[in-house]
Parts: sequence; C-alpha cells; structure tokens
Amino acid sequence: MCRVVDLQQAVLAKNAMAAQVLRTELAARGTTVVNLLSSPGSGKTALLERELRLARQRGVSTAALTADLATENDAQRLARSEVPVKQVLTDGLCHLEADMLAGHLHHWLPDGTRLLFVENVGNLVCPASYDLGESLRVVLASVTEGEDKPLKYPTAFGLAHLVIVTKTDLAEAADFDEAAFRAHVQQVNPGVEVLLASVRSGEGAGELVDRALAAADGTPVHAPVMARAHA
Amino acid sequence: MGAGQTAAAQDGEAMHEMSVALAMIEQVEQAARADGAHGVTHVRLEIGELAGVVPEALAFCFELACAGTALEGAELITRTVPGTARCAGCRTTWEVGMPPQLLCPHCNDAAGDLVSGRELRICEVGLADAPPAARERTRASINEES
Ligand SMILES: [Zn+2]
Repeated sequence: MCRVVDLQQAVLAKNAMAAQVLRTELAARGTTVVNLLSSPGSGKTALLERELRLARQRGVSTAALTADLATENDAQRLARSEVPVKQVLTDGLCHLEADMLAGHLHHWLPDGTRLLFVENVGNLVCPASYDLGESLRVVLASVTEGEDKPLKYPTAFGLAHLVIVTKTDLAEAADFDEAAFRAHVQQVNPGVEVLLASVRSGEGAGELVDRALAAADGTPVHAPVMARAHA
Repeated sequence: MGAGQTAAAQDGEAMHEMSVALAMIEQVEQAARADGAHGVTHVRLEIGELAGVVPEALAFCFELACAGTALEGAELITRTVPGTARCAGCRTTWEVGMPPQLLCPHCNDAAGDLVSGRELRICEVGLADAPPAARERTRASINEES
C-alpha cells in the first residue's frame, strides 16, 4: 500500500536546465550575460551605470536588465547611460530564475546585443543558488560592508567568477582591511580575481566591461571550487 | 546551518526557501503521478552545508506549500551534508567547516574539488495509494478502535 521510491533528483535541476538552454540560445544570438549580485547599498547601480556608459562610448552594444523587489529608481538611473534598460519587478520574490529571465528577454532584448548585464535582486543569499545562464557572475561588496562579508555569505562569494570591491574612496574612513578581505575571499573561492572600484575616484573604470568582453570572446573565466562540486 | 544564512536571517533579508519548496513539490508530484500514487507520506532530502538553504526555513515553507496538494501532511526528513573538499596535489580530504576553508590545511593549495556540501537533492519519496485526506480518516479510525 505504501512504497518508497528512490528519486535522487536535484531540486534546482529545472532551473539549471533552463539556464543552460538560455545560455545556448543567447550564445547563438551573440549575447553574453553578466549576472551582478550584491547586498542592497553596495553601489552596484552606480558602478553599472558607469560601466554601461563606458561600454557605449567604446561602441559595444550593451543592454541592462534590473530586478527589484518593488519600485525603485534603479532603471531611471541606468537609463542615463543611454543603453536599453528594462526594469523587472519581482513582486517580493527575492531572486530571479532562469525561466523568468528568459520571459523578460523575449520581445525585448535588442538584436545584436553583445553584453547583457543583469542586476539581480539585492541580496547575497537567494540569487546565489540560481544560474541565470550567465557567462560571468560578479559579486560586489562595498568597503563599508566590512572585510568579513565573504565569510558571512560564503555561497555567493564562493560561486563568483569575479569579485569587485566598491566605494574604495571610502576605504580609509571605513577602516577597511583590504588584505583581510582578500584573504577571506581566497578562503571561500581560491584564485578568484578581486577588483577595486570607485565611481567617485574613477578607480577601476572600464574593468568590468573588459572582463565581460573577455568572457564574450571565449576567454575561460575563473572556475570556483564550489562550482566544481559533486552534485 | 551556515553563518551566512544566519547573518542573512538576522538582516531580515528575503528568503528563497519557498521557491525551493515549490520546486520540490513539483518534482514529487511528478514522481507520484508517474507511479499512479495519490498521496505522499514522506520526502527525504539532503541539504549540503553550502547549498545556501536554511533547513528550518525550508521545513516551514514546505508545510505551507504542501497544503492542497498530494503532499499535504507529508513528512519532510532532511539530512545536512557537511562540506568536504579534496586537495588535488596532496590528496588530503578535509571537512571545510563554516565558514568554509577551501585552502588545503596541509599544503595551502586550493581545493581541487568539493566532494560534498552543495547537495539539494530529493533522495527518496514515500508514496501511498490513498489521497492524504483518506489516510487521515484511516488513521483516525484506527485511533478510535484502539
Ligand atoms: Zn594539499
């Protein structure tokens, strides 16, 4: 009457498959996705606005999709860079999933887009578990969030292809211990590159676009230990 | 439970355990349909320490989300899987702990791979012929008889 079935199914397998399909479809269209993760207040939008503007100046066809829990003015801000921007409200959902992203791109993503930046919902827990079909996953943290941030959010930092420290102009005021931050990043994600950026001082300008273009050109990105898990 | 998840809970950040619960229910319902079963007695789940899921939050969401489905009343049995890494160079295997240490404690090289700790896997499902409500009635009548 009752029986036990040996299932052995990964719970997030459906999202992983949708992400792989999206990655393949976008690659066929010549589009590379960059997934940006951070806590709220990390300065992600300001940095992205700068990088979008630089990409446009360099003649790189770029678009951005920004996901928010509720109405915020991130999209208006990003639109100042004059690249196509779409804002998506997640209605309280704390992360984007691959099939949701695919739906949002349908009928919107301009043909010939080389780089698509996705500004994920602002938190470092939920979005970490969902592959969006990106080729480059970037985790950002500002100097004001402290050098322990990678140890507090090991899954997010552990799965990053690239880490960017933002607001470095405030490093001294925030008493930010850069060496400790780097050591903590290496502990959870050995070998990952850490970039320093400040929109105010101009530090690191264009480096995100450089890394995204390299990934788009097929340069192998960093392979995090955590992503090399036996599933 | 991970330090990160704890910190996040304290920060009052949004949680994705409801999405995980819904994905689980969809998979289990599929397995039940394939089997011709109308009820689910239990679901056995492995949660890796580095899966980014809080077992307590998941249990809470699972119970809520099961209402009105073939899984209503199903027991969720979770097992936490510790993170384990292996050094490609010296072959040392170690428990990475939380927060994880992915540098080899022996030679300080990067771990070659994570042997365990990222699981979020349904291992086993208990199926029943009767829908959950009927099971309840059967159980109730057994109780009355005893
Ligand atoms: Zn070693």
